[in-house]
Amino acid sequence: MSLFGFTLRPRRAASAKTAKDRLQILLAHERRGGAETPDYLPALQRDIMEAIRKYVKIGDDDVNVRMDRRDDVSSLEINIELPEAAPKAKAGRA
Amino acid sequence: MTTQLKDTAPLGRIIVITSGKGGVGKTTSAAAISAGLAKRGHKTVVIDFDVGLRNLDMIMGCERRVVFDFINVIQGDARLKQALIKDKRLENLFVLPTSQTRDKDALTQEGVEAVLNELKEEFDYIICDSPAGIERGAQMAMYFADEAVVVTNPEVSSVRDSDRVLGLLSSKTRRAEKDGAEPIKAQVLLTRHDKGRIEKGEMMTVEDVLEILAVPLLGIIPESTAVLRASNIGTPVTLDEPSAAGTAYENAVARLTGEEVEISVEDDRRPGFFGRLFGRTA
Repeated sequence: MSLFGFTLRPRRAASAKTAKDRLQILLAHERRGGAETPDYLPALQRDIMEAIRKYVKIGDDDVNVRMDRRDDVSSLEINIELPEAAPKAKAGRA
Repeated sequence: MTTQLKDTAPLGRIIVITSGKGGVGKTTSAAAISAGLAKRGHKTVVIDFDVGLRNLDMIMGCERRVVFDFINVIQGDARLKQALIKDKRLENLFVLPTSQTRDKDALTQEGVEAVLNELKEEFDYIICDSPAGIERGAQMAMYFADEAVVVTNPEVSSVRDSDRVLGLLSSKTRRAEKDGAEPIKAQVLLTRHDKGRIEKGEMMTVEDVLEILAVPLLGIIPESTAVLRASNIGTPVTLDEPSAAGTAYENAVARLTGEEVEISVEDDRRPGFFGRLFGRTA
């Protein structure tokens, strides 16, 4: 990158650099355990659902798993939609 | 979750992007066409059929968000809704990534059909990005298609492979096997078209290719630096900054939706000596 505003070269370099960065993150991830990583998620989801079902009744579509891989941190976001009955039960107890 | 209510049922049209030969621009085209369709307001999903060599996710720029895939859905390990990745740029564009770890045998005909049927209930266009070759992945990508885009480069091996694929489209697909069904609508998308080399007689012309393949032309995509740039940054070329290739894809998309747009040869490179003298204008 240049500070002197040569517009053509830095711009070209920018997209190639993005490509390299994206590949490095992705390949580091895939090489580390590419074979296992995607495969444990269904099992993880099943286990989480079983655990929740001990307490709350939820449907198969009520669980949403999202993943975001960053350079240094990856996050797994699990979103569980509780049925409408849940707050009522809570209110009853209070 | 869909909150948009449409007064009409989704179109549910399945289009396969195929070619036989590798490296001609299938995934680039699948990404550009799906984004182009979504941009025009059609709810679109693009599916990667290249099991084991997933790349559509990179071209669409959602490679870090893959949790579940097409194979998980076929095998009942995940719901379709969970595997669909919503595009961050267009809200009516979705990607169904494939598995990087399984092998092609995981693509069962019944499984593929079930997923496609479910998608037809919700999407206007279902774009199937075929792997290269003519084996299982490619066969499954084309089998249920209503329409086919055969991506071809003006080069002998690509044209030969396209011819072979056109033969398979008219014999080894559901529309071909079912009595009385309208055959698959097949058309050629000519990519990596280089006006300069054609003028010098180094490259076959569009007419040459069409004369050999004898199917209609969907569009001509010029060889363009914009395509590499778009793949570098994970943006379909139709969503990136304006370029000749982007415009050419948009015209092809318009034709896919039934609009009549004249086919022209776009080119964002300098036209010749004067262009070179006065530098870049694009």
